[in-house]
Amino acid sequence: MKENVVIIGGGIAGMEAARQLLLLGYHPIVVEQKDRLGGHVGQWHRLFPDMASAQDLIRGLGEEISDANIFLETKVNSINRLRDGYQVMLSNGVNVACRSLLVASGFQLFDAARKEEYGYGVYDHVITNSDLEAWFNGKPDVRIPEVPENVGFVHCVGSRDLKAGNLECSKVCCMTAVKQAIEIKEKFPSARVWCFYMDLRLFGKKYEDFYLGAQQEYGIQFVRGRVSEVGETADGRLQVKAEDTLTGKPLRVRLDLLVLMAGMACNPEMTRLARMARLDIDSDGFLKSLDNIRSINASNRPGIFFAGACTGPKTVPETLAEARAAALDIHRYLQKGL
Amino acid sequence: MIYEGKQKIWKDYQKEIPDDHWYYVRSCIRQNFFPASERKFTDITRNDLGKDVYETPYHTTCGGIAYHCDAIPQETAMTIVARQFALMTESGYENYVPSCVTSFGNYVEILETWREFPELETRIREQLWKACRREFNKPKYLAHTSDLIYHWRNEIAEKARYRLIDKETGEPVRMAEHIGCHYAKMFPSKGIGGAEYPYVLAGMIESWGGQVVDYPERRHCCGYGFRQYHMKANRGYCVSNTHKKFESMEPYGIQAILTNCPGCCYFMDRWQYVISEQTGKTYGKDGFGIPVFTYEELAGLVLGYDPWDLGLQLHQVAVEPFLDRIGVEYDPKAKYLGLNKEDLLKPELPTNLKCF
Repeated sequence: MKENVVIIGGGIAGMEAARQLLLLGYHPIVVEQKDRLGGHVGQWHRLFPDMASAQDLIRGLGEEISDANIFLETKVNSINRLRDGYQVMLSNGVNVACRSLLVASGFQLFDAARKEEYGYGVYDHVITNSDLEAWFNGKPDVRIPEVPENVGFVHCVGSRDLKAGNLECSKVCCMTAVKQAIEIKEKFPSARVWCFYMDLRLFGKKYEDFYLGAQQEYGIQFVRGRVSEVGETADGRLQVKAEDTLTGKPLRVRLDLLVLMAGMACNPEMTRLARMARLDIDSDGFLKSLDNIRSINASNRPGIFFAGACTGPKTVPETLAEARAAALDIHRYLQKGL
Repeated sequence: MIYEGKQKIWKDYQKEIPDDHWYYVRSCIRQNFFPASERKFTDITRNDLGKDVYETPYHTTCGGIAYHCDAIPQETAMTIVARQFALMTESGYENYVPSCVTSFGNYVEILETWREFPELETRIREQLWKACRREFNKPKYLAHTSDLIYHWRNEIAEKARYRLIDKETGEPVRMAEHIGCHYAKMFPSKGIGGAEYPYVLAGMIESWGGQVVDYPERRHCCGYGFRQYHMKANRGYCVSNTHKKFESMEPYGIQAILTNCPGCCYFMDRWQYVISEQTGKTYGKDGFGIPVFTYEELAGLVLGYDPWDLGLQLHQVAVEPFLDRIGVEYDPKAKYLGLNKEDLLKPELPTNLKCF
């Protein structure tokens, strides 16, 4: 009989780990709160830098884990320590005994309404990166004008923000903004597109090419300066005030659409799990790895491992790589009891 | 504009305001700018609403104006404030209400600083004792006078003689609200409605029948900005900021502005004259300006106080079109008569801004 491994979270980290554990001969049990697998990436349209389809990624992973036991719309009610493992009680009444658990509970998108000065939920044409991806995927959104002439993107909404209590860089927002700006230009070639940033953190393979292409091929304007406030004009457009720190001048533009790049915040569900399983929480609110160099997948509890954005903001390739590493760590632990 | 979005934010920024027993301190500049407003605050709260609002003639400036002009260090302002609190304590009160928005900001900033750095509070207590042998308790509740008028806005509405309704059209009067920077921009959680979409003045306008109108430069500074005005070389910058606000307001047909800061009310009123002399432009209907009121003046108007007892003749912008709009009865001939009916003399009229 194959050995159970409980995976908490059915996003890309949980799915990729389940795939690897199946290949290694285990019986993964994926517990997902929502009614579908895929997490945040499942809501996304295309992925940088190759503009690959997010839906194809999720579909591919889903097909490869069809032999796993997947519980949707299910929560973990309790995690109890046994002599050589854990008993996990689920909200659907199922109890699972296992020697190892993987926490892949992901992140929560920062609530952009908390940055009140940007007017999300107050002004008619302010949306988030997540709203825009949903629209790219075909979900109607009355906030997006039929043919926007001027579109703005605000980077770092709720990331690297002491006042918002979220000091970490969310890593993916700069590139997501560049990607979404390009997608807007592809849909509305005559639109003027502005990106307001404080730093551009474009660290990955092909990211710099992507950024240069956004400027040279698509004519996207990058303004180094934060937006100070957003207001609404008589015709329902947005007035955005910012500072262009490279020219040292204040800037005021009228936009038809403003997209807020909401960052990654820690998932409250993760805090609940941490309390249940007595897992350490790091100073940034995310789960604390045993160390941040060699044991990023390991927790302070024997047999409990981490993968993906539950320990901090991650890109898709990083998350997938971590999930594979965590699966190997679990395999090693179960084989040798390490 | 999604009104429900604003309502959600307003719910997040409410504060506890005791219904009675307040120790009141006046502003050092309001007495000169709009001399009747503070007097009418005590009349309205004591006589119309029956509240216990106590004041003592021994209080001084809070030091906020000098602190924000960089004329005194914060520790000096703290010692002045400590003496103010000592007077409150000696009077047997624990709810403190200043009339000036900068004072309110100054008190909040000092209390928060003492909370973060208790050793500083200890030093200030020692300095106060050495200087004048006084001791103090910190206020249990701190509110601005506009918070209290907001708190009692529905009681005022019940007693109101006039509503903010255009008597010709039956439509609500279109009003802009403008809070002072020191009310909530430093500590958003201390202001009703927060800093971005403040509700303290909007709530009064809505309760008294008017309509609050938003405009793109609503959050922009009135122009005063302390050093922008007090350093004479910066006064062009001061008026240019006010000009920016009025240009932004122009398409919205705003009929009056409500403020809660001495500087905002004064400069948005007076600079309309300067702008009209410099550019020939006026922002009200038929060559008039847009009247700018304090919340005590507006409360007094809806309660039926005589506009000249409220000191409205000291506004640069003529208030008569607004009074006519909501149907306030007044004697135009009494505008420049003093308390004892003595003729105060009519001021020289501006070139372009229509006044009476």
